[in-house]
Amino acid sequence: MTTPARSRLTRPRLPEPRGPVSAGVVEALRSGGSPVTDGAEATADPYGEDLQLALYVLYELHYQGFAGAPADDSREWDPELLALRATLEQPFLAALRADAERPASAAAALDALLVEPAGHRPGSVSHHLRRTHRLPELREYAALRSLYHLKEADPHAWMIPRLRGRAKAGLAAVEYDEFGAGRAEDVHARLYAELMAELGLDPAYGHYLDAAPAAALATVNLMSLFGLHRALRGALVGHFAAVEVTSSPGSRRLADALRKAGAGPAAVRFYEEHVEADAVHEQVVRRDVVAGLLADEPELDADVAFGVAATSLLEDRLGALLLDAWTQDRSALLPGHHADAVARPA
Amino acid sequence: MRLDPDGGPLLVDGPVEVVTEDGTTHFSHRPTVALCTCRRSARYPWCDTSHRARAPERADAPDSPEEEPR
Repeated sequence: MTTPARSRLTRPRLPEPRGPVSAGVVEALRSGGSPVTDGAEATADPYGEDLQLALYVLYELHYQGFAGAPADDSREWDPELLALRATLEQPFLAALRADAERPASAAAALDALLVEPAGHRPGSVSHHLRRTHRLPELREYAALRSLYHLKEADPHAWMIPRLRGRAKAGLAAVEYDEFGAGRAEDVHARLYAELMAELGLDPAYGHYLDAAPAAALATVNLMSLFGLHRALRGALVGHFAAVEVTSSPGSRRLADALRKAGAGPAAVRFYEEHVEADAVHEQVVRRDVVAGLLADEPELDADVAFGVAATSLLEDRLGALLLDAWTQDRSALLPGHHADAVARPA
Repeated sequence: MRLDPDGGPLLVDGPVEVVTEDGTTHFSHRPTVALCTCRRSARYPWCDTSHRARAPERADAPDSPEEEPR
């Protein structure tokens, strides 16, 4: 098994395709040829396994790439792959715009997230995990979230050249903290790799891609979509703010859950670090990044609100899938990837 | 140093040493530190967002028995 320090030194294997579009993408990367999808992208479900996996794989070319894909690094800017990516992004973005709530303003969208429930909140994954504190569920959750946390804060770095002044300085301050404030051992992705190792999970980057259902992939694809398009900079700022505002109390519940489940100190540390760090980040993101961006470009208010609402939409979809599986004593991972298979018994 | 108009934390440039009432010295090397001003933080003197407004428990969404610890 990969050690935490080597998590980002590994490239994931190309995943098993989940339909004609993802099969075309995976085969194009494996062979070095053009993607052949026979137009299946035109009818693919925007939230479905096939489209979300295909998008995830195409986006991954901008992060770390895949093992077993010849000439992989240069394919990041392959015009045919970029064209296919654009045809997959359009229905995904259209679905998000149609299905996400429409808050009156960015401030209203964020204010709604700043109210904490007084007690247990049904439908919330972190509330559920704190209550049940079952190690198999915590392992599945950690495996699914690893697709983001092992690249934590990376897609947000794409915002930096699109911002200026107060918004840029605020974002850079938060990103500096996310990336360990000058200390490699404190990079949040590294802390997450240590959490995974402590839970008996393989911390190799992308190891659980085949286990992750579309609802989990979509939460990561959202950040890549917003991050790679300057036109969506307002939405990425909204997404970033939504994550930072909800992270601190959610992390406290997850730290409690892991502690009660008897997980070791490295697992608890990741979430405890986020209780304090994100209490700071939330302030900086709202006061400097969101307020700074909207002072410069007030016309982006609706985009920031959309970013907040789209994040809530996809997090709620993932939460519903997880809780539906767990309350029926089923694994939330894709078939063939049950928790027993992804994690060693403690 | 910045005060939150909404009763939230005091933002201070780190690293900082904070001495609390019991004489304990707390250290943080964060570039920016959020100091609790509402005294509700479980990680006092650091903010843990406990100052936030609380919504009443939703009576229309009772806890499902499946979510009880097993």
